[in-house]
Amino acid sequence: MNSIIEYFTDIYKGVRSLWAGMRVTGKYFVSPGEIVTEQYPENRATLKMEERFKGEVIMPHDENNQHRCTGCGICEVNCPNGSIEIITKRTPNEEGKMVRVIDKHIYHLAMCTFCELCIKTCPSNALAWGQDFEHAVFDRSKLNKVLNKPGSSLKKKEVKS
Amino acid sequence: MNSPIDMSEEIIKNIIVKEDDDYIVNMGPQHPSTHGVLRLEVCLNGETVKYMVPHIGYIHRAIEKMSESDTYKQIIHLTDRMDYLSAHMNNEAICLAVENALEIEVPERVKYIRVALDELSRVASHHLWWSAFGMDLGALTTFFYGMRDREKILAIFEESFGSRLLHSFVTPGGLMHDVHPNFQKHIMEFVRYFRKKLPEYKQLLTDNVIFHNRTKGIGYMSRETAIAFGVTGPSGRGSGFSCDVRKTAPYGLYNEINFKEILHDEGDSFTRYLVRMEEMEESLNILEQVADNIPEGDFTAKMKPIVKLPEGEYYQRVETARGELGVYIVSDGKKFPYRVKFRSPNFSNLFVLNTLAMEHLIADLVTISGSLDLVIPDIDR
Repeated sequence: MNSIIEYFTDIYKGVRSLWAGMRVTGKYFVSPGEIVTEQYPENRATLKMEERFKGEVIMPHDENNQHRCTGCGICEVNCPNGSIEIITKRTPNEEGKMVRVIDKHIYHLAMCTFCELCIKTCPSNALAWGQDFEHAVFDRSKLNKVLNKPGSSLKKKEVKS
Repeated sequence: MNSPIDMSEEIIKNIIVKEDDDYIVNMGPQHPSTHGVLRLEVCLNGETVKYMVPHIGYIHRAIEKMSESDTYKQIIHLTDRMDYLSAHMNNEAICLAVENALEIEVPERVKYIRVALDELSRVASHHLWWSAFGMDLGALTTFFYGMRDREKILAIFEESFGSRLLHSFVTPGGLMHDVHPNFQKHIMEFVRYFRKKLPEYKQLLTDNVIFHNRTKGIGYMSRETAIAFGVTGPSGRGSGFSCDVRKTAPYGLYNEINFKEILHDEGDSFTRYLVRMEEMEESLNILEQVADNIPEGDFTAKMKPIVKLPEGEYYQRVETARGELGVYIVSDGKKFPYRVKFRSPNFSNLFVLNTLAMEHLIADLVTISGSLDLVIPDIDR
């Protein structure tokens, strides 16, 4: 007799717990206001990443195509995975003196672990985070980027007045 | 129970006797329920597990060896990649070790923010575990509900650190940069939101009869076994082993915060589940205490650009979402550590699996490994 009672209690409990769960899912099924899914490729035009989002390392250039990188190599030393490579060259400046300037600031995005040490340690704030996150490419070599734009030059330090 | 625990019996029970005609089935390394590249060599007797040998090393990246050629600031980003779900606690472990070695007092604001991030990571980690545990047992619905709430925490992380999972945000001496101005507001919003959503978790899974039948009495772990194998975290506390480092060896701000250690004695899979569910609520309590009182101030203490530890050995342990993480640094006075050793919680938690799974069905092996909440990259390091 006991086993029969147990059998039916089990069925009752099973149906009740199933109902409790179905009520939760059913509630969301009929209330479209609670949808949290983002339709990603469709919402590209309106999608805005956070201000601090770590997409990739970039070198901001101003309207005169000038950047702030002096080519000191501190970012290269601080990078734990060797994803930054700095190639400098010697060119004469306005006074005819030979000075060392940056030739290529190569950034290997494939090796980067986004630890932020290059940006944090840069003494002249030449590097920053970019917001772009769609990094998929067909060829691996496209992930080796040159951060300073062609023909760019070093920005003069503003004289404090 | 008061007499000294006889460990030998627990260990003898676990000795594996291999025979030639054993029926061996490999679970993994690509099995979805092992949550990563873990291979379990399971010996079956019909559908019952006779013994089980875990094979690890598929995702070994030599993090300890790599640490020897990195400066103390560079090691931080490697520790993210051990237990990726509690990345913040891993960062904090090594930072606390360095700070203790240099005898640096971090600003009060940093301590509050670190505790807030600890608990947010813990809740986010338990969200993922809850989602995946339900999915292991065949309840796909839980995955969507857990991920929905986890997204709220990840949005807070993304706003402040710019990354969602591997945020190398803690540095020796403080934080990478200050948190976003909306940090406190969004934490309180999340606490209020999640308090409302917790009953849904109960209705969906905790009270479900099928779930009870699958987990109750499955994978019993006694307190002695937990201690013998060094099982820590919620898995150990489900067996009545009081091992919360936040209570036993408080670090940071934890000795000033009012919270309780969740302890249960039953020791089966369902108890381990309950411990984690209650821990989520407890984390919300801690967040409420911390988020409102974050003081103003600096986000980092004054540090030299090159961190050099004085010669000696340093050990620091923290409570991650899965148990006790220990960091052992041997320094010879240079800017690179001489040796770094991580005592990771998942390594110990994995090797108790054989004891728990013996004489259970192979379907219960999935339940047990799910209830231990293993993260494979943390095992291999």
